[in-house]
Amino acid sequence: MTIRVRYFASLRERMGRAEERLIFENLSCVADVWKAVYEGRPLPENVLCAVNMEYAQADTPVRDGDEVAFFPPVTGG
Amino acid sequence: MRIEVRTGAFDPLAELSRYREESTAAERLGATAIFIGTMRDYNEGQPVRKMMLEHYPGMTERQLQCIVDEARARWPFDDALVIHRVGDLFPADPIVLVAVWSSHRGTAFDACRQILEELKHRAPFWKKETLEQGARWVETNSDGYTPRPIPPTSRTR
Repeated sequence: MTIRVRYFASLRERMGRAEERLIFENLSCVADVWKAVYEGRPLPENVLCAVNMEYAQADTPVRDGDEVAFFPPVTGG
Repeated sequence: MRIEVRTGAFDPLAELSRYREESTAAERLGATAIFIGTMRDYNEGQPVRKMMLEHYPGMTERQLQCIVDEARARWPFDDALVIHRVGDLFPADPIVLVAVWSSHRGTAFDACRQILEELKHRAPFWKKETLEQGARWVETNSDGYTPRPIPPTSRTR
């Protein structure tokens, strides 16, 4: 399966990239995607996530072709 | 109803005036509640020279639409205009405009408030401030408002 992973704001700077494409066989949820991109570590509580531009949780399932995004708490307005 | 994320500077009062001309409903509705947010020249006790607003194109517009729809389900207002800046901003630049039109003030005030507060909690925007020395990401939004009762003396006047 192919997942497009995107990072925003301070997390984008920390990762050193804005996005990447992951090709993996055993990704079932958002937490697995994070582990795949971040040295196998668990998803921190202060990192927010979205699947296909909707807010998601660590256990939200991911499917082939999904766009998964990780970002810090929002500060607009 | 219009929701817009904009890169360039905007004049909120000119936008309101233009929107009112376009919308035949807006001027006869009776109540217009408006919130305009502008960039402060300080934050957390330090002068801020510039601010960069990043967003998540696509998700931002979806979230804003969802926020406006939810507010409308709770406070059935007639029309709304939401404009939010992204990109580089300088002190006193408008960041956000929320305007709500309704028949009565309660609905207009409450819906305007709900849209703004939800926007601050859910819309994927991030601020990076340029200080006199260096730059920093704003990590959390301030609470902004705590309701306080009106003192009885000012009511009787």
